[in-house]
Amino acid sequence: MNVSEVNRETPPLNSLFQQLILEHYKTPRNRGALADADVRIEMRNPSCGDEVLLQLRFDGDQVADVAFEGVGCSISQASISMMTQLLRGKSKREALDIAERFTRMMHGDAEAARDKSLGDLRALAGVSKFPVRVKCALLGFNALEEAIRQHQG
Amino acid sequence: MATRTVPLDIPTLRQQFPLLQQQVNGHPLVYLDSAATSQKPQRVIDAVNSFYRHDNANVHRGLYELSRRSTERFENARVVMARFLNADPREVIWVRGTTEGVNLVAGTWGIENIGRDDEIIVSVLEHHSNLVPWQILAQRVGARIRHIDIDDEGRYRLDQLADLLNPRTKLVALQHVSNALGTIHPIAEIAEIVHRAGALLFVDGAQGAAHVNVDVRALGCDFYALSGHKMCGPMGIGVLWGRLDLLEAMPPYHGGGEMIDRVEIEFSTWAKVPHKFEAGTPDAAAAVGLAAAAEFLEEIGFDALQAHEQEIVQYGLEKLREVPGLTLYGPSSPNERVAVFSFTLDRVHPHDVATVLDAEGIAVRAGHHCAQPLMRRLGVPATTRASFYLYNTPDEIDRLIDGLASARAIFGG
Repeated sequence: MNVSEVNRETPPLNSLFQQLILEHYKTPRNRGALADADVRIEMRNPSCGDEVLLQLRFDGDQVADVAFEGVGCSISQASISMMTQLLRGKSKREALDIAERFTRMMHGDAEAARDKSLGDLRALAGVSKFPVRVKCALLGFNALEEAIRQHQG
Repeated sequence: MATRTVPLDIPTLRQQFPLLQQQVNGHPLVYLDSAATSQKPQRVIDAVNSFYRHDNANVHRGLYELSRRSTERFENARVVMARFLNADPREVIWVRGTTEGVNLVAGTWGIENIGRDDEIIVSVLEHHSNLVPWQILAQRVGARIRHIDIDDEGRYRLDQLADLLNPRTKLVALQHVSNALGTIHPIAEIAEIVHRAGALLFVDGAQGAAHVNVDVRALGCDFYALSGHKMCGPMGIGVLWGRLDLLEAMPPYHGGGEMIDRVEIEFSTWAKVPHKFEAGTPDAAAAVGLAAAAEFLEEIGFDALQAHEQEIVQYGLEKLREVPGLTLYGPSSPNERVAVFSFTLDRVHPHDVATVLDAEGIAVRAGHHCAQPLMRRLGVPATTRASFYLYNTPDEIDRLIDGLASARAIFGG
């Protein structure tokens, strides 16, 4: 590593804006208010203004229901929408495990990108090649981790 | 004397900016983020380089030839900036940029002159750097922050300013040119209103100094802060200008070397202005680079620069208004703005616009532009901002419009 070294390659756009991402962006799943939520976490990306309000209801250790509100770019909104699809019925440990594997995928781990249990989230694998957009994809997961931390008390 | 505005020869001018001569993602670079930072002409790069290559020594310290030369170049740079602002060199304080200039005034003049229940007036349009330092000051001394709104064209509501001013108002802090909307504000008129009420006017000139001729005497303000990097100069250097009588009465900002007269173990006396405010070794090379940038702008002339920007503004307003689903913010009248275009595009978030444009080699800013209160005022989380400068061409408006068509194609906007 040399201080004057810099990566000058940007991959093609279609590796970022996949149809599945655009589809989640236009018709997000689990979007709205969750009246009986146990935890509500508001998280924002101060550098760009993306915001999410993640709401979770727990049944014991399990995620019973989930919903989100917020504003943001296609990547942040699609990522949150895809994440909420996976959470119902998962234990806190399993939910955190998804967050961890997704984070690894964002950091370029090709094995994580082949992990079928990540569901639609795998469409976001290309984001790892756009470093400035990785924090967009992680916003919802940061909120999820904080929500579980708070609920565990 | 009649002055003649010779149109800028943009192709020749562009050749002086080595960074602009590159391809990005397979396309010739279209740099439309000069409101964040401008690119640097070769002579500014050369000035910084030659300082380190030939004249580097600590300023105001050594008794040897090199130190004499570095000091001379550093102090000559101050004289150039004084001429640039129509000021006295003693009124030119080197700071890291506009932000430090605001903090300096808040932390010295503000602490001394603003007390409990006093009022500071700002606006909803201010950059965070002309807002947060005043908030910190107000919290420390128990003062109140009040603010004026803008109208739907991004102009200050001066009627509200007149209403808000009262004997408790000690300071009004406003910007010369908006980084977010491009509005040029009538500072001379504002200074009159503010002074009639007995308050002082601080002007955030981060954008102003880059785009319009700044004559601090004609503007009639009390403080004016600018950033070198927005006006073709290096990063990390700027100027705080203040009225001499105010500066002389102000306590120092940072303590340290250079700003002292006599130092005892338990107390010290201060150097005279401007050095009273310049503790520690300054970025002398950057000061020299900023002076080179100021001379570069003086040679081009602000009349020619503004005529060129007006051409871009008129063409840009015309073309952007034709883009389906595009909402453009700021003044609709070209002569009230600089070539900064802030907009939203239906169904496409500003980040996504910026990523699509980047793939076509077009660099824009997307986000809140360090103006969160303004974003709330406009009712949007963020905007895309394309900011043009003296080296940009109307052709680059066309490239932008093509890029926006790509964004709309991807997102179905």
